[in-house]
Amino acid sequence: MSRKGRSLAKFMLRRFVNYFVLVFIATSLAYILASVSLDPKSNYTTRAKPPSAEVISEKLDSINANPDTPVLDRYGTWLGDIFHGNLGKEVQGGSVNDDVGRRLWVSGQLLLIGTILGSVVGIAIGAWSAVRQYSWVDHFFTASSFVILAVPTFVLAITTELLATHINQWTGHPQLIEYTGQFDPAINGGFWPHLANRLRHLLLPTITLVIGGAAYISRYQRNSMLDVLGSDYVRTARAKGLRRRAALTRHALRTALIPSITIFVYSFALIFVGATFTEIIFGWHGMGELLVTSIQSNDTNAVAAVTLFVAVLVLLAGMIQDFVIALLDPRVRVGAI
Amino acid sequence: MTMSPNEPLLDATSAPLAPDVSEATESNPALLSRGGLVARRFFRQKLGLLGLAALLLLILAAFIGPLLDHYKYQAIDENAFLTGPSSAHIFGTDAIGHDVFAATMHGAQKSIEIGLLVAVFATAVAAIVGAAAGYFGGWTDRILMWFVDLMLVVPSFLIIAILSNKFADNWILFVLLLGAFIWQITARIVRGQTLSMKEREFVAAARYMGVSGWRIIMRHILPNLSSLLIIDATVNVSAAILLEAGLSFFGFGVKPPDVSLGTLLDQAQTAAITSPWLFYFPAGFLILLCLSVNLIGDALRDALDPSAGKAQ
Repeated sequence: MSRKGRSLAKFMLRRFVNYFVLVFIATSLAYILASVSLDPKSNYTTRAKPPSAEVISEKLDSINANPDTPVLDRYGTWLGDIFHGNLGKEVQGGSVNDDVGRRLWVSGQLLLIGTILGSVVGIAIGAWSAVRQYSWVDHFFTASSFVILAVPTFVLAITTELLATHINQWTGHPQLIEYTGQFDPAINGGFWPHLANRLRHLLLPTITLVIGGAAYISRYQRNSMLDVLGSDYVRTARAKGLRRRAALTRHALRTALIPSITIFVYSFALIFVGATFTEIIFGWHGMGELLVTSIQSNDTNAVAAVTLFVAVLVLLAGMIQDFVIALLDPRVRVGAI
Repeated sequence: MTMSPNEPLLDATSAPLAPDVSEATESNPALLSRGGLVARRFFRQKLGLLGLAALLLLILAAFIGPLLDHYKYQAIDENAFLTGPSSAHIFGTDAIGHDVFAATMHGAQKSIEIGLLVAVFATAVAAIVGAAAGYFGGWTDRILMWFVDLMLVVPSFLIIAILSNKFADNWILFVLLLGAFIWQITARIVRGQTLSMKEREFVAAARYMGVSGWRIIMRHILPNLSSLLIIDATVNVSAAILLEAGLSFFGFGVKPPDVSLGTLLDQAQTAAITSPWLFYFPAGFLILLCLSVNLIGDALRDALDPSAGKAQ
């Protein structure tokens, strides 16, 4: 391994240990906090015919959520299970692993398309506005992103839903744009009708995610692109005879992407919470929805699983960010800055 | 939305240095304090002024409006269930007969109060933690920054949601809780700025004169970061308003019988298609509120730091 490669590996290992400790502490804190604050018992006592105290106690024991067991004991059991890859049981008795597995797939469909498309559109718009600073294009996108950034995700989602119902009424096809769930379970036919049905369901949540994400990223991209455009090395690139397009894309855009990547990665958790609103309003049973329903149903193990998931996401995001920045800026690797 | 090229955005920025030159010549510069200069630059920006005027109007509407309306936000009109906007109820009524105007204004009061308090609290914490980490360095720095990292990893939404059930009857604790989760990134920026400011002559001079560390932070470092902090506080106002609305939308924030814009939107969600006035009025107020705060923040950024260019 080259010296450069070795120092990079060492740097990444150091960062990984740091992040791992953070994830461990954050998840443990959340588990203990959730165990102390949530009341899983209420799932049984509020029923029309509540079971006897012994039955409730037995049920709570079986999911490791009995308030009579000391918190640290419950935490120990939970931690032991986690290291065997078992996230525990939900209040209803199902396995958290199965539920999370299902939900990851649901959220994945939504987030992968929405987040990537949103970032690409945002970066393109930001870079374009910067190159055409003070043109009507720039003013239009600046004004639009200002308005969009003042709109909460759930208002955006409900507004697109309202617009869709108007479009459906106007075109006379009540099911042209769907706004509940991922697909229609009653659909007949083969692969193509099924795909078309899924796409019709995917349209609105994706639009919501893309609009929000693009508005956010484009502001940062415009800033960093403007900074770079005024720098000496872009002028040098032009002066040595590079064509405008080549100077802009190869020299300016590449450098101007660094802050956007940082922002993108740092706001990863934020995007996740943003998708919570989108998932709930459009009836997608993904991880974002679990974040809210697990708290509402006093489901300690599910809450802990979501926390672990978010913390691991932040860890991965941080690692990717460190890696990209270390690749681009050697000073970071050696700890010079 | 269309804008002619001569409209505000260009005005504010085409030549950031020009206003300083004209100010120096047209009046005696010695008479103009820094605050005066900033105010001048701010008032020259149409969009910033528009934002300020809009915000003042919204605040007036939220706090004075309910006094002019004869319906109280919890009063029930037995003759009007789920009616659209009319002369009696300008924003309409909900299914129980509540006046939507009164409810919206009452909710807006809460949102404005929460936004302002959270912003001031979060920025103050960020300033003190960031400056202390940067100035003292060593273990203070390591521990504080490690704590900042930890707070970024902990899923704030989840923690606030769990804890807010405990603070159901005390919204000031809810404010502190919201503030506790939005100061971290600013603290990092403040730390970076403090690191460079620590090496400057005026700080070194104060240190050699025997001024204590905290006093240097309070008297020399933080005042020099005031631009950054003021802008940050403005950004935090709309961030806090949106966060509160989001939490209340799920029933985790402000609890009934208290209302905020978030709880109103939560109630309006299911009825949005059939009775849109329940949704449009609180949503519109919320958007206008955040938009005007953002416009002010943007204009302040230009006024406080003209050399930064028109970046944001």
